Amino acid sequence: MGKIALKHVTKSFGTTEVIPPLDLDIEDGEFVVFVGPSGCGKSTLLRLIAGLEDVTSGMIEIDGNDATRVPPSKRGLAMVFQSYALYPHMSVRKNIAFPLRMAKVDEAERDRKVEAAAGILNLTDYLERRPGQLSGGQRQRVAIGRAIVREPEAFLFDEPLSNLDAALRVNMRLEISELHQSLATTMIYVTHDQVEAMTMADKIVVLNAGRIAQVGSPLELYRAPQNKFVAGFIGSPKMNFIEGEEARKQGAHTIGVRPEHLALSTDGGTWEGTVGVAEHLGSDTFLHVHIDGVGALTVRTQGEAGLNHGDRAHITPDPERIHRFDGDGLALA
Amino acid sequence: MARAVTNNRKAINTGLAWLIGLLIFFPILWTFLTSFKTEAQAINDPPLFLFFDWTLENYAVVQERSDYLRFLWNSIIIAGGSTLLGIVIAVPAAWSMAFVPSRRTKDVLLWMLSTKMLPAVGVLYPIYLLFIQLGLLDTRIGLTIVLMLINLPIIVWMLYTYFREIPAEILEAARMDGASLREEILYVLTPMAVPGIASTILLNFILAWNEAFWTLNLTAANAAPLTAFIASYSSPEGLFYAKLSAASTMAIAPILILGWFSQKQLVRGLTFGAVK
Amino acid sequence: MATQHSRSAARFMMAPAVFLLLVWMLVPLTMTLFFSFKKYLPLRGDSMANGLEWVGFANYVRFVGSSSFWPSIQATLVIVGGVLVVTIVLGVLLAMLLDQPMWGQGIVRILVIAPFFVMPTVSALVWKNMFMDPNNGLLAYLWKAFGGTPVEWLSQAALPSLIMIVSWQWLPFATLILLTAIQSLDSEQLEAAEMDGAPVLKRFWFIILPHLSRAITIVILIQTIFLLSIFAEIFVTTGGAFGTKTLTYLIFQRVLESQNVGLGSAGGVYAIILANIVALFLMRIVGKNLDA
Repeated sequence: MGKIALKHVTKSFGTTEVIPPLDLDIEDGEFVVFVGPSGCGKSTLLRLIAGLEDVTSGMIEIDGNDATRVPPSKRGLAMVFQSYALYPHMSVRKNIAFPLRMAKVDEAERDRKVEAAAGILNLTDYLERRPGQLSGGQRQRVAIGRAIVREPEAFLFDEPLSNLDAALRVNMRLEISELHQSLATTMIYVTHDQVEAMTMADKIVVLNAGRIAQVGSPLELYRAPQNKFVAGFIGSPKMNFIEGEEARKQGAHTIGVRPEHLALSTDGGTWEGTVGVAEHLGSDTFLHVHIDGVGALTVRTQGEAGLNHGDRAHITPDPERIHRFDGDGLALA
Repeated sequence: MARAVTNNRKAINTGLAWLIGLLIFFPILWTFLTSFKTEAQAINDPPLFLFFDWTLENYAVVQERSDYLRFLWNSIIIAGGSTLLGIVIAVPAAWSMAFVPSRRTKDVLLWMLSTKMLPAVGVLYPIYLLFIQLGLLDTRIGLTIVLMLINLPIIVWMLYTYFREIPAEILEAARMDGASLREEILYVLTPMAVPGIASTILLNFILAWNEAFWTLNLTAANAAPLTAFIASYSSPEGLFYAKLSAASTMAIAPILILGWFSQKQLVRGLTFGAVK
Repeated sequence: MATQHSRSAARFMMAPAVFLLLVWMLVPLTMTLFFSFKKYLPLRGDSMANGLEWVGFANYVRFVGSSSFWPSIQATLVIVGGVLVVTIVLGVLLAMLLDQPMWGQGIVRILVIAPFFVMPTVSALVWKNMFMDPNNGLLAYLWKAFGGTPVEWLSQAALPSLIMIVSWQWLPFATLILLTAIQSLDSEQLEAAEMDGAPVLKRFWFIILPHLSRAITIVILIQTIFLLSIFAEIFVTTGGAFGTKTLTYLIFQRVLESQNVGLGSAGGVYAIILANIVALFLMRIVGKNLDA
């Protein structure tokens, strides 16, 4: 069971409040991603749950029990660190067995569990090596193995993929998702990469300056961002924001349209402008179009758009997909 | 990019450096050579370098007359004991400062350093008096404690600089893995810090071995280590070069060998991490 | 990583070290201060048990007023200053030489570093007898070989001889630290200067020396602290005669040889103040380094 609840949790370092009062419920078996720009407090929040930092006030419940003052080793959670934090003086086998050794599990049982974890993670051939002799991806797997053998209530991941190269990251992303499918254990995953959040999460918690900007499933956040921050953070390329006359026409302070919800044509549309930079990705083309009175908009078209720098283009937003925000950046119904 | 240097220039450098190196080393070499001469050969005019009758007699005489081994044993006990005791006290302290720093950590570190700068002579009599009162004068345990205390700041500092290089995440991982504080320090921190701890032990052993204020002033017959053993050769009567050399060689040889292994740590330890 | 739990554990684990050093510092210091205001001559029957006579600042006045005081300050300054000049000038030159590519660099380093590990009593005795002895010392042979009259080093030129012995012990330390500092100098900087047409001397003056300034300061401060309290070298060679009685040695004589504890303690307080002035500067540098 891995149900975690944060109740009015706050955290201050000295006089700086990094996390203002915050409530959050994480259901058993959920894959929750904390996402936000660096310095938004997502790692601090994870460390509060882990018990590596004290909450300044408020309560943390794990499975309905108050765990606020419980030391990290007794919370029944396992953590995978950004730097992997493997014990460099121990072999892979001993690294994975370490939590079991601390739990005084007998040796035969220990070996059995280590072998099983190694099997799942394709580490069987590397058990006698030291972490220093492994590649980045393998080290990552050892760190996960060390977490698995504890059979924790929940897994905590602190930006686990940020030290891997792009190709490996995609692979590991899939592996972690598969692991979640097979273990069905609660996972809390911290990242600054919204793609990771969108692809892996059951539930995304977007954080901004210590506050929860929005909680929801990936598509909820994509379709109905509750504020400008979430609207701008989720989705790539970023949502276009337009202020001024065009927004007022819609009865809003600001309107937002995603690049993929702008239709492009050469003969007529709502706005007309000049193509600036065109980024040709093959499958898609991103065009930066400068429009008088609106500003620069990013437009995404499928396939190879036949437009280049300096061409005239007409742009029409999908009326169903226009997001309207008030002066405080909150979404208007 | 290392620059290509002509062999000519390299040869000149080499010659010059070796010349100076040998010049600096010469007193030690000369002492070593003299220790194998007879007394007559030791003061021969002109001085004899290599071509004399090598003899081990001096070593035997020195051991027999002044019981070298007893002083050696005292040195080992005092230097080793003070170092180990210091390590046991300093490891937890350095752990605290490196991994749970607070606003006061820096002040505490600097204050520790400042105790090292207290001139020994300024507190000689109080210590002397306390030693008499406590029955510690001329005991190995008393000297061990004093040397531990004068080197404790260096030990804490060195360990602190080594510990700071260990990522805190690894210790946190241990905590998440269910390790208690004791297990965390014993199974994770200490094995990872072995090279640093070894260097610290080495350097402090050397410093304690060579300490020559307290060892001279707080010992007489029983607890005197090698520093006092050698000092007893300073009285002019009964002074013979060859025997003095043999005694000196025996006093410095063990530490010279250890010292050569520790030259890198020396810089870090003696500058309190200010130069690495 | 700072939870209530780990913070209290940290305090608990620091306690022994802090407590021991606190006792080690405060107890003798208080006693020295106490004695310095007392008439305390153990040989004439004064003892703590009988109560000591309070004499105010008389010991302080007498210590400074004694005919040995100013010469001892002078001897201290000459020795400390002399050793500093010799070790730093030679240290910089030697460090630059050792930084050059050569064959057998490791062995040369070992040769150069060796004197630092020689215990002070040994080096003093070896120099005194085997080198500086006017009859049988090696230097005497050398002088005779060139037709000179052997010098009685430790009486005729006691201070320079002592500076020479102590410099020999400390040159390795200065060299090693300066060498470490030189090796951290970016060689591209020197190459750039060379490309700019700076001759060797200018490169030394404008690039190498400023780069070394921090290391030199540290060497000066650390050596000063140790040099202010050199003891064994004087104890073994001259016993404080021939103008080599430093402040440290003077206090030692007052306390242990003439057993005038009150007077010696007043001297001790002076020595502590002197050392603290130097220490203050050192701590500032080390402290700054802590933040980096």
